[in-house]
Amino acid sequence: MSRVVRVAGGQGFWGDWPEAPRRQVEGGPVDYLMLDYLAEVTMSILQKQKERDATMGYARDFVGAMESVLSAVAERGVKVIANAGGVNPEACAAAVRAMAVKAGRPEALRIGIVTGDNLLPRIDELLAMGHELRNMDTGEPLSVVRDRVIAANAYIGSTPIVEALAQGANVVITGRSTDTALTMAPLRHEFGWGAAEWDKLAAGIIAGHIIECGAQSSGGNCLHDWRNIPALADVGYPIVEGSADGTFVVTKHAGTGGRVSVPTVTEQLVYEMGDPHAYITPDVVADFTSIQLEDAGADRVRVFGITGAPATDKLKVSIAYKSGYKAVGSLVYAWPDALEKAQVADRVLRERLDRLGLKFEKVLSEFVGASATHGRLAGDAGRAAPEVQYRIGVRDADKKKVERFTREIVPLVLNGPPSVTGFAGGRPKVEEIVAYWPALVDKSVVQTQVEVR
Amino acid sequence: MRVRLTDIAHARSGDKGDTANVGVIALRPEWYPLLSQHLTRDRVAQHFEGIIEGGVDRFELPNLKALNFLLHGALDGGGTLSLKTDAQGKVFSTALLRMELDVPDAEARALGLPAAT
Repeated sequence: MSRVVRVAGGQGFWGDWPEAPRRQVEGGPVDYLMLDYLAEVTMSILQKQKERDATMGYARDFVGAMESVLSAVAERGVKVIANAGGVNPEACAAAVRAMAVKAGRPEALRIGIVTGDNLLPRIDELLAMGHELRNMDTGEPLSVVRDRVIAANAYIGSTPIVEALAQGANVVITGRSTDTALTMAPLRHEFGWGAAEWDKLAAGIIAGHIIECGAQSSGGNCLHDWRNIPALADVGYPIVEGSADGTFVVTKHAGTGGRVSVPTVTEQLVYEMGDPHAYITPDVVADFTSIQLEDAGADRVRVFGITGAPATDKLKVSIAYKSGYKAVGSLVYAWPDALEKAQVADRVLRERLDRLGLKFEKVLSEFVGASATHGRLAGDAGRAAPEVQYRIGVRDADKKKVERFTREIVPLVLNGPPSVTGFAGGRPKVEEIVAYWPALVDKSVVQTQVEVR
Repeated sequence: MRVRLTDIAHARSGDKGDTANVGVIALRPEWYPLLSQHLTRDRVAQHFEGIIEGGVDRFELPNLKALNFLLHGALDGGGTLSLKTDAQGKVFSTALLRMELDVPDAEARALGLPAAT
């Protein structure tokens, strides 16, 4: 049998199950543990933390995760790859190092640090060079919101991670590398795939897509046959068993709950999908219409046939900018006529906002239990609903107006329609909105650095 | 015969900015051609009329027995801007599965489709 490399997915986002990393390295053989911490808005949160404290700005959960897998790394040679570095990979590495020292095993870790993705200090230089960083959705140039930008990171690919592994790192910490590169890089490193072996690189990217959302490919959030998916309390996170030819098997550790089947893997493949013919990454353009899936036994799905096309000369840039304020509050109305009472409350509240002369960029009312998620498709909730949650939100550039709005909800408990409860939280809090600005930049302007220490 | 989409397909949805995507997957491989025939771009756009603000794109994945729909302007600006409960489009999947299809009786019988009850 040809050699397989096992890459285990241990976190699908910052806030995922704290038990998962340890379970992945203790439940059976794995070579690499892949931990994905970054969503589109995470970088801006981390940037704010770093501005308050120069030693912060990374996914702090990662330190605990590393502690939970330290013996597997030290004694069994499991390697860890994570984009936990956020906007401060050096500080993240220092925190992991400090944890290892405290645990008495400083010699166990060779930490590779990948930097160069952070473009925030270079934005004005890039604009001056003629890079407009236009919004990929709206076409507007970044200059429109330049003074409100708080984070800007290029999505970087597998190459610097492969370099760190080649230099002997057993823990690789990156900033904004793509989620999929965290899985593809170890396969590329182990099998020596070249930078132009498009089909194999595409296979590695698709392996990454399948395990980057944790248990979402192994039975979690799975609609198909959901009642019969076994033992979700004990769910096994997904593992890729990669082969040199680019084919791989998706599985999970024996004895865990959940399920790996063609339907569970297919649901994850279509998750957040755009044009399936062109899944663009820094390394390769993968073709999801080439993917073949085959049942390969209990909780095993074989994946093969994947093709890819040459990478583009651009990198996507994730830019975060301040975009006003919002607040959302809610009340719960009970039977009888719960929906009608909630609708009356909405009319009363909106009339009061009008009388105060408060106009907002957006006001959105929802009736949870009747129509909040499926709108008119949900049909008539009728008079029988045991309760309906009235949920109203506003958004505006003017913080004072949003604050004034938050004082108008709770009074309805005493001066609006009856049978109302669920106001325990009091006034809702005003949140500053950090919005997302996707852009493209020439690859040639982004230089990544790798340091192993 | 009336056939409920939820009885012949499963689905997952997610977001990219202000766009929700819904991947619809045939519960049996032999039902995929029927899905592909009935779930046109126009039919899906009509289904979500008044619920989304933009247009619909449609992609076929015969290899996965799946269709992928992009619903633009679905999320009140998306991500952090959105005031919606479903700001990340997580349950547009089952909203699409509420659709009912009219399938000729003979075809429905030949494919073994479950009738809507």
